[in-house]
Amino acid sequence: MLLISCPWCGPRDEIEFSCGGEAHIARPENPDALSDQAWADYLFNRTNPKGPHAERWVHTHGCRRWFNVVRDTATNEILAVYEMSTPRPEGQSTAPGAKARAT
Amino acid sequence: MRSVGGGRIDRTRTLSFTFDGTGYQGFDGDTLASALVANGVRLVGRSFKLHRPRGLFAAGAEEPSAIVQLETGAHTLPNLRATQVELYDGLSATSVNAWPSLTVDLWSINSLLAPLLPAGFYYKTFMWPKSLWHAYESVIRRAAGLGRAPEQPDPDIYDHRYVHCDVLVVGGGPAGLAAALKAGRTGARVIIVDEQNELGGQLLGNRQHIDDAPGTDWAAAAAAELAALDEVQVLTRTTAFGHYEHNHVALLERCTDHLGPGAGGLGTEESGAGGVRQRVWKVRAKQVVLASGAHERSIVFRNNDRPGVMLASAAAAYVNRYAARPGHRAVVFTNNDSAYAAAADLAAGGVTVAAIVDARPEPGPAAVELAAAQGIELLVGRAVVDVKGSRRLEAVNVVPLDESGAPAGGTARTIGCDLLAVSGGWNPCVHLHCHSGGKVTFDAEQACFVPGESKLAIRAAGGAAAKFDLAACLDSGFAAGAAAARNAGITRRGHARKTPVAQPETPAPPRQLFYVPSPKRGGDTKAFVDLQHDVTAADIALAVREGYESVEHVKRYTTLGMATDQGKTSNVAGLAILSEVLERPIPEVGTTTFRPPYTAVTYGALAGRHVGEFADPVRKAAMHHWHEAAGAVFEDVGQWKRPWYYPRDGESMKQAVDRECLAARNAVGLVDASTLGKIDIQGRDTATLLNRIYTNAWDSLAIGRSRYGLMCTEDGMIFDDGVTTRLGEHHYLMTTTSGGAARVMAWLEEWLQTEWPELDVRLTSVTEQWASAGLCGPNARRLMDEVSEDLLLDAEALPFMAMAEGRVAGLPARVFRISFSGEVSFEVNVAARYGTALWTALMTAGEKYGITPYGTEAMHILRAEKGYIIAGQETDGSVTPIDLGFGRMVSKKKDFIGKRSLSRADTARENRKQLVGLLTEDETEVLPEGAQIVAEPRPMPPMEMIGHVTSSYYSANLGRSIALALIRSGQSRIGEAVFAPLPGKRVMARIVEPVFFDPEGQRLHG
Repeated sequence: MLLISCPWCGPRDEIEFSCGGEAHIARPENPDALSDQAWADYLFNRTNPKGPHAERWVHTHGCRRWFNVVRDTATNEILAVYEMSTPRPEGQSTAPGAKARAT
Repeated sequence: MRSVGGGRIDRTRTLSFTFDGTGYQGFDGDTLASALVANGVRLVGRSFKLHRPRGLFAAGAEEPSAIVQLETGAHTLPNLRATQVELYDGLSATSVNAWPSLTVDLWSINSLLAPLLPAGFYYKTFMWPKSLWHAYESVIRRAAGLGRAPEQPDPDIYDHRYVHCDVLVVGGGPAGLAAALKAGRTGARVIIVDEQNELGGQLLGNRQHIDDAPGTDWAAAAAAELAALDEVQVLTRTTAFGHYEHNHVALLERCTDHLGPGAGGLGTEESGAGGVRQRVWKVRAKQVVLASGAHERSIVFRNNDRPGVMLASAAAAYVNRYAARPGHRAVVFTNNDSAYAAAADLAAGGVTVAAIVDARPEPGPAAVELAAAQGIELLVGRAVVDVKGSRRLEAVNVVPLDESGAPAGGTARTIGCDLLAVSGGWNPCVHLHCHSGGKVTFDAEQACFVPGESKLAIRAAGGAAAKFDLAACLDSGFAAGAAAARNAGITRRGHARKTPVAQPETPAPPRQLFYVPSPKRGGDTKAFVDLQHDVTAADIALAVREGYESVEHVKRYTTLGMATDQGKTSNVAGLAILSEVLERPIPEVGTTTFRPPYTAVTYGALAGRHVGEFADPVRKAAMHHWHEAAGAVFEDVGQWKRPWYYPRDGESMKQAVDRECLAARNAVGLVDASTLGKIDIQGRDTATLLNRIYTNAWDSLAIGRSRYGLMCTEDGMIFDDGVTTRLGEHHYLMTTTSGGAARVMAWLEEWLQTEWPELDVRLTSVTEQWASAGLCGPNARRLMDEVSEDLLLDAEALPFMAMAEGRVAGLPARVFRISFSGEVSFEVNVAARYGTALWTALMTAGEKYGITPYGTEAMHILRAEKGYIIAGQETDGSVTPIDLGFGRMVSKKKDFIGKRSLSRADTARENRKQLVGLLTEDETEVLPEGAQIVAEPRPMPPMEMIGHVTSSYYSANLGRSIALALIRSGQSRIGEAVFAPLPGKRVMARIVEPVFFDPEGQRLHG
């Protein structure tokens, strides 16, 4: 079971959270302008990497806030936790703006 | 065969027990295994596949053969290792795999057939012809099986506990004690766990000394010091059974198992005992020290599974710890120095040691000295190649080995003995290290796998790190404890203490000998690698011959290491034999993966308190007690208990439901609608949110008006539906399905937080804040007029889909003109605390109008008569609004979630399944929901299925059955006949429009 640092509540067990899949997939501004292929890409296709993966989590049984996590899918190591509005951090293990509290 | 003195048993406390129905006696401090040894019981089980007689092989968790069923009835537990069952008075155990009895096992015929039952035998034989597999299976399951699961409800109590710590030490032997002491003295929060009943580990079973005193003295002092440290928690009788991500470690504490059945649970009046039987601890450790020790290996040779063949350390442990002699005359067979101490222990315990057979041409000098001091004959460069005796060992055959490790030829020397103590070296117990992805590397010198890289903060010490001599074991324990505390962020250093001193040993290296090939033709079919699953050296060679080279494939084909012991004594020998057959070095062959649990965990412990009424929360509406008093039968809707129907004196369900349906359309019906999901939505951008979430437009909704909406997921499929009412300028109340409330709330939050944070909208779940009573029927308005004080209720002032606030039965209320029945309806919402007051007031005032409370069954029939859908019944995640005939509600002018998907080729095609009504030819025939529909029936499948029934009821108002169905191109098939092929019959029905009652909707607006 993962230990996830909610930016608002601190480190908590995975059972308190739900995973919302890959992060940084913006909903297209004008879906009607997209080809079927482009819409299918948005709807169904994901990167599924072995290694660091940016994904969305929500603290379902806590503050109910959404946030982003970079998790290594091969080792389950959590490399960064950052707020929804923040771009994916490059390289560093903790993102600027992440308010993970040390408890 | 108990020695007169010594051992960690209390001879003043005699305990009686039975094994396979025979009574025996043991002492407090015994395990079931040691008590059987002391009673001279050699035959303790039959093997899984071949039903060969088996005896005790080990003394701990690695035992593959002595698998027992403990107790009977509700307290029975299958597949326990006799070596880990603490003896208590009255214990009753049976061996698991013999029929009709252990000594007369009819299935032992399999043993004679062994050459015909190689690896893959079942795959090759019983899979053909396929149709007979079920017949074979029941016989095979009986012949090859372990214990039986209890059939009665578990009367005991189990518990879960969550805890964080700085350092978790797994194992309470010398290394674990040293690590816990070192870390504990710094003030770190330490948990040390050990599966045995007391701390000490290997020191309990050998005669090693620390600081010139018995090792057990040092262990006792260490245990006392740990017990006195405030931040240290000692858990004995506790197994760390799994190591998971981020240093999450699961422990199983056996609180009362050693006291016998009935000691846990509710207890008995006589015993006065009771409480938690087993507890699962979920530990989050900053640092883990793995001091889980090592398991001794056997050596594979012909008939190495006979009762009397035992691991050398286990034989020594029975003598040292339990003063129980596992034999009269022993031969020790080894490839390393450690068995010499075991030989000395056996001799000291009164066992005659006939010889030590050492595979090495030159054993270590210390070992030779030890043998000489005991006057034991030493046979070097030799190996045991076969044994004599079936149910009891009688003699061993010893031959010289050549340089390759194969028998060099010549005559075998036969040595009479009833105990063969074998040591093939030691395997660090790396299971927990591997559970969460830790790697192992092969240490060629010590011929074993040692813990390698791990992503987690886990470090091995002692035997688990291949530190096999006591001095190194203690050193590595102290070092690991210090490093773990430091890395956990503890800066304080503990008081310096004198470091305990053990006699340093310089053991000579072992000889890499895993397997002594039999010179006999076919002899390897009886050379056992995995004793519990009867996997032989010949099976591994066969698997390779048949093309399986990957270790994972060989494992699955032969089932090596797949028994309940997970190959604790067999995996490494199996790999070594595979490497020889493949002619590849062991590291290249690789290893299989250890997975949790280390030893089996009961379902009771895993479930903890989450059983029975605590398995899932139960939600009840405010008026629940009224429904109960009225004799309602309830149904589960999500976690809610909803009244299903209200039977009156002796009514059947159908009679009650018919009466309720008729009353709702002919007088006035009352339904508890409190469970409908309710979300209070406020903020300037609420209409924008509704526009994006619902398929229809929301800009024009006036204050005090309601509108029905459908929500889709982004793939265009219906997700939920409900009515939303505008309460104020920026204030709305959304209703959802009863089961979908939490899902919809989470859905809206997700979009608001992740995609549209700029929208000014706030959501509050108010489902439980409101109680809701729905009145419907021709008398509903008259009744409402009577109970409301300040509300205008005529069709002009409060038309269909309007809302007014006022007082009903003296209670502040919101009244909604919404309908799920097609009748004039008023849904009265009051604060939940007034729910019962409202309900009883309506029932009292409504009596003269024939008010009839109705349940969910009548509610469903009334809505089906009108063709109203239920999200989740007419929809299943593959149904679009257009499929259900809601094309009018799909806005062309705006974007909404799912809109783009509705123009994809698959969603836009004409021949999708569409909602229609079905009327059976026989009006009394009620189709089963889910029934498949065909256009062209045939006597036998396959038939082309064109749809299925989604809802089906008997309608008392129509005097006939009705059904809703999703049928391919259904809307263009109106009037056509279709068929439902059912078991034993075929039902004809006609496709009609999905509205059966008052299609013009005159009653609704009246």
